[in-house]
Amino acid sequence: MDIRTAARNNRRMTAAIEPPILLEARALGFLRQDEPVFGPLDFALRAGEIALVEGDNGSGKTTLMRVLTGMLRPGEGEVRLDGATFSLDTMAGMVVFLGHHLGLKFDLSPRENLAVSAGLYGLREGADAGSALAEVGLAGFEDEPVRRLSAGQKKRAALARLLLVPARIWLLDEPYANLDREGIALVNRLLERHTARGGAALVTSHGAVSFAGGEPRRIRLHA
Amino acid sequence: MRPGSTPAACAALLRRDLTLAWRRRGDIALPVLYAVIVATLFPFALGPDPALLSRIAGGVVFVTVLLAILLSLDQLFRADIEDGSMEQLMLAPQPLALLVAMKILAHWVTAALPLIVVAPLLAGMLKLPPEVIPVLVAALLLATPLLSLMGAVLVALTAGTRRSGMLLALMLLPLCVPVVIFAAGAVAAAQEGLPWIAPIAWLGAGLALALVLAPLACAAALRIAMDT
Repeated sequence: MDIRTAARNNRRMTAAIEPPILLEARALGFLRQDEPVFGPLDFALRAGEIALVEGDNGSGKTTLMRVLTGMLRPGEGEVRLDGATFSLDTMAGMVVFLGHHLGLKFDLSPRENLAVSAGLYGLREGADAGSALAEVGLAGFEDEPVRRLSAGQKKRAALARLLLVPARIWLLDEPYANLDREGIALVNRLLERHTARGGAALVTSHGAVSFAGGEPRRIRLHA
Repeated sequence: MRPGSTPAACAALLRRDLTLAWRRRGDIALPVLYAVIVATLFPFALGPDPALLSRIAGGVVFVTVLLAILLSLDQLFRADIEDGSMEQLMLAPQPLALLVAMKILAHWVTAALPLIVVAPLLAGMLKLPPEVIPVLVAALLLATPLLSLMGAVLVALTAGTRRSGMLLALMLLPLCVPVVIFAAGAVAAAQEGLPWIAPIAWLGAGLALALVLAPLACAAALRIAMDT
């Protein structure tokens, strides 16, 4: 066996061991009025991986998230989703995004809000709204209008959506904001279970975060 | 219906918007109340001459109803953009144009349908001959969705700007004109015993065109509005 075949075999073996790349950024950058907001960034998010995006206020964490969801066009570089060049058609239902605006209707109850999400994004196998809400600690508040819930409870109602929909990639922008210590543990638990199932998550945070399942990869943005 | 399929998504969004509208019933009542007040004031202002009133009845009802729809049009996408629901709609697997079409349908049902229900009453108050009222309702059934669709495109275009109400009214005016001309023209023709099918057919043609194009234009405009 010559060296070249050995190298190819070797590469194939590593490919078999390494989980597939779900989300990849190549030289990704964003310009606002010709001023770079972040980047160029290179990272790959594999199945079962959590990446933590760190940066100070104004360093472009939210902008990066909005670029990755396709709501903002990247200034340079490209985003690849499950191996394909990113477009709004290829991403169909693969990504679920939780941002600063929670996307909840305040006049509806958490259960009704979840029904809308399930209708739009589909339902994960074996998931239902009642147990998702119990999981995030909203048992007893299922039919209360979201308006009457506290800020932390609203956040939990939005987190329940992550449990319900089948998307494999979670993009969470500051998921720890407004949550108490128990809520932070809840987010960590959700992330851990998601990665154990082969999902991937990109999380922005400016606070210290501790995952039970080892150290997450860190992507550093500079202001 | 399997959750996540296109019919399920449309049904879920439609149910959401109708439930939200029902929880805020007062907001639905406002345009109806406005139309009733305006139509009631006309006889007081112009005098109770039945011949004069029946001549202007069709036009008054159309203008009143169209302006009443404009009252609620501004709010079509605003709440969704402000609370992040629009981001969720954009990331959903379904085409945004289809979801936007559902939102426009829900808006038409909650804003225009009650007005169409009270329109024969208003026309009766203004002495419109009873045999013309079916033509009036038919014209409204075609004209109001057409206006909702065209209005939605403009609302989507101005969605990124603050205080878009004024701009919206200015941009919508030229689009309203043909709708009012054809709709009121049909009623006027029916009143004089002339064939009225041609203006109704024009409205129908406009509606067919808008049904196909307006949601696509809306979706494109909303993507631009969110791209800031």
